[in-house]
Amino acid sequence: MIGTEFVPLSLPPLLIGTLAALACALPGNFLVLRRQALIGDAISHVVLPGIVVAFLLTGRVSTWPMMLGAGGAALLAVLMIEVIRRAGKIEPGAAMGVVFTTLFAAGVLLLEQSDTSAVHLDVQHALYGNLESLIWLDALGWNSLLDPVALAGLPTELPRMALVLVGVIGFIWLFWRPLALSTFDEGFARSLGIATGPLGLGLVVIAAMAAVAAFDAVGSIIVIAMFICPPAAARLMTNRLSLQVAWSQGFAGLAAVSGYVLAGYGPLWLGYAHAVSAAGMIATVSGLILALAALFGPCRARLGQPAG
Amino acid sequence: MTQLKLAAQEGAAPVEDLSDIPLAIRGLTVSYGSDPAVFSVDMTVPEGAMLAVIGPNGAGKSTLLKAALGVIPKLSGLVTVYGQPIASQRRRIAYVPQRASVDWDFPTRVIDVVLMGLYRDLGLLGRVRRSHRDQARACLARVGMEGFADRQIGQLSGGQQQRVFLARALAQAADLYLLDEPFAGVDAATEKAIVTVLKALRDEGRTVVCVHHDLATVTDYFSHVFLLNRRKIAAGPVAKVFTQQMLQAAYGGRLSGGQIDRIAAS
Amino acid sequence: MFDLGYNASLVAIGAGLLGLAAGVTGTFLFLRKRALVSDAISHSTLPGVALAFIVMVSFGGDGRSLVGLMAGSALSAAAGLLAVGWLTRRTRLAEDAAIGVVLSVFFGLGIVLLTVIQAMSAGRQAGLEGYLLGSTAGMLRTDALIIAVGGALVLALVALLRRMLIVTAFDPEFAGSIGIDTGRADLAMMGLVLAVTVVGLKIVGLILIVALLILPPVAARFWSDRAGSVALIAGGIGGVSGAVGAMLSVSAPALPTGPIIVLVAFAIFAMSMLFAPRRGVVAALIRHLSFRNRVHLRQGLLALAQGQPVYEALTRRLLRRAGLIRADGVATGAGTAQAAKALLDERRWQWLRASEGTGAAAARYDGLTPIETVLTADQIARIDSQLRPGGLV
Ligand SMILES: Nc1ncnc2c1ncn2[C@@H]1O[C@H](COP(=O)(O)OP(=O)(O)OP(=O)(O)O)[C@@H](O)[C@H]1O
Ligand SMILES: [Mg+2]
Repeated sequence: MIGTEFVPLSLPPLLIGTLAALACALPGNFLVLRRQALIGDAISHVVLPGIVVAFLLTGRVSTWPMMLGAGGAALLAVLMIEVIRRAGKIEPGAAMGVVFTTLFAAGVLLLEQSDTSAVHLDVQHALYGNLESLIWLDALGWNSLLDPVALAGLPTELPRMALVLVGVIGFIWLFWRPLALSTFDEGFARSLGIATGPLGLGLVVIAAMAAVAAFDAVGSIIVIAMFICPPAAARLMTNRLSLQVAWSQGFAGLAAVSGYVLAGYGPLWLGYAHAVSAAGMIATVSGLILALAALFGPCRARLGQPAG
Repeated sequence: MTQLKLAAQEGAAPVEDLSDIPLAIRGLTVSYGSDPAVFSVDMTVPEGAMLAVIGPNGAGKSTLLKAALGVIPKLSGLVTVYGQPIASQRRRIAYVPQRASVDWDFPTRVIDVVLMGLYRDLGLLGRVRRSHRDQARACLARVGMEGFADRQIGQLSGGQQQRVFLARALAQAADLYLLDEPFAGVDAATEKAIVTVLKALRDEGRTVVCVHHDLATVTDYFSHVFLLNRRKIAAGPVAKVFTQQMLQAAYGGRLSGGQIDRIAAS
Repeated sequence: MFDLGYNASLVAIGAGLLGLAAGVTGTFLFLRKRALVSDAISHSTLPGVALAFIVMVSFGGDGRSLVGLMAGSALSAAAGLLAVGWLTRRTRLAEDAAIGVVLSVFFGLGIVLLTVIQAMSAGRQAGLEGYLLGSTAGMLRTDALIIAVGGALVLALVALLRRMLIVTAFDPEFAGSIGIDTGRADLAMMGLVLAVTVVGLKIVGLILIVALLILPPVAARFWSDRAGSVALIAGGIGGVSGAVGAMLSVSAPALPTGPIIVLVAFAIFAMSMLFAPRRGVVAALIRHLSFRNRVHLRQGLLALAQGQPVYEALTRRLLRRAGLIRADGVATGAGTAQAAKALLDERRWQWLRASEGTGAAAARYDGLTPIETVLTADQIARIDSQLRPGGLV
């Protein structure tokens, strides 16, 4: 590929997409193992009202207030789900359904009611993001990677996504042992004095941070796909937690890169002039990976059920 | 009876000295909904005892253990472990939950499960060293499972899983062992192996509390019994408490006279 | 009623019928603990809508025929449903993961196809975005008619299948034993969910249609413990939300229909959750507190009677508030009397359960039930005559 075109136009979105996929897939492993996969779905829906509220409060589209707003909305959603589940004695799936549809509806309504025409904040954007527009105009070629002036012009999403990925890795690394323990055997974990409640909440907050950072760049659809598909596929590949997490990271990276490339160049190979949505394509590829794992993964069968 | 710190801090009247008592429960009430699952239970587990908690299904045996350990919240009551609040004594307790509470499909090997027993030694980030592994393998060997270290936990039979959980408890090297139905669904050989391990623990001066269902083996295995059916029915050394009248009180009409006679005679 | 115009009235009626059908259908899903399967179904309509559009355009149509789009959405939703079933049966993945996979992947594929359409129509708005959030703006009369008829049809189907569905939802094993094929009942349930989704797509939008299937039954659950009544109440809530939401949205065209319907339903849910008489949160909280106080008082009285210390501060506070102990912890006259009564009751119960032939009822004594509610005065007197002083404890 020619650097003069690739570096400014494709490298940043490719990197951002990959980092986003990795950051979401990592906590996704534990969400899937805890049968909380759809918390990821719920989080990605409630990010929208959070961002809208932050925008209405500050009047600007700026990063950190929106991150805070979205994180707050995710936390609110999780608390609402817990309250409905416990106080109302409602099954978790239904409680989730109540909360995320309501918050999403509220977000859409707020958005339509407020004057956001001047800024690019709309539902479509929220759903499929805008990966392709994250270009690096200051770059002239591979050399620009070493040029501080050009580097300063990188899309801000890139360093932000990288920072969040580091944060997510840090959290998982630090709490690996209690997370694994409390997911496997919660009663035993409590008997050891592990605060399983706050730990679970922390996991959700970390997932929400990943979702929020990814959301702005790539839209909520990849977020859901990356929370669930790579970890689910990885679960079918191995019976060891650390290997599962490694596989999930590999799958997430693979889906992001090949999805982006397919979206950008696939139509050209087929003779069409227009690229298709990279976010959608990444989600689609992650689904294909999962389908392959479900057909051929060595640990695909449930226990007590012969593979086949 | 002398004074105890715990009561002083609560500002209450003089209370018993519990500092030698591995597990003391006072006035424990737990409710899942509108009526108590266990009501106002007092329990004192003497040091070095091997105690069976007995009662029919739904009597609240698991609830009692879980609430004592703080695994589920209690409505009222106090729990002390060696005279202290439980939070400061976690290191001295090992707990084996009833089988169903575990996610068997979790991607983890047998050896990793046993290593979980070393959680308090390893902490958050401590590396698992060869010595830890050796320790875990030794615990597996004690329950006769050394050949299964690398299996996924779900790929074992029920009895084998039960042994692994006992190995995990052994790895905790605790002073007080709380086991919820360790003999449920295991064959005679496994039951014997488990009993041997538990008796060895007792001989080392540790204290063992088991939720137990098989009335016929109580006198063989245990030194003390605790009869529970929502309330404490009776508690004490087997010879004194394990009587027809008490069993009748615990089980109500569920045991036939003949059954009780046979058990009491054994 | 304010003047809505013919189209708008049709839409409101359609949305009301749809809401009714969705509420009832959703009840079965909810009772089967599979509420979120509907989320997978609704999201997986998107590729079908887009493909149907592409097919219709490539055959020379303008691609916006509602019936065509509905057919496409039904097909791909069915494919999504099959995929969820296949993943849960054939792999070790739990249903929630399977749902998440299907909804995100199908939706992603749908978005890819939408961008293909954008390129095809080269700037011309395909108008498919309306299917994401639902809209009533600029709806054709035939569309309104289709939705009203569709809502009525789904409702008729629900009414037809209700008995089988209720029995299966309530007790699948019993249903099997009386010859109901539960597999087929589940299939019928999913078929209904699919129908609700497809009919509601245009007005509620695919992201929020699940709300119509989930919110009404969850709200209704607070009002009744019987499956049949829950279904009826859920139908009512769904119908009201649908009709009111559609009317509001028509009278203020800037507001998208789906979100309004959802928020109306949520308002009803929130009221139900808080204030329903038996299962409501406020009632439950009051019950819990009074129950806790009863437990503490009883325990405190027993401790007083036996001369044991009262361990907990809360118990002492409650005893004191009830005038049973003085500030220094010594029992008052009333306290002594009540404590004696509590201890006597306790010993009667002990006698009762230690004696043969009283059955399991006595054995399950929970510590709170007054003995007078179980035994007659004569029986109690007989027990009292046998109680040895000192008792068993
Ligand atoms: N999570 C829960 N929610 C509601 N009720 C519960 C819960 N767990 C237990 N119960 C109820 O509390 C009572 C005591 O249950 P528990 O599990 O302690 O009994 P058990 O003595 O251990 O019985 P088993 O011998 O069957 O193990 C039972 O009536 C049970 O139905
Ligand atoms: Mg139990």
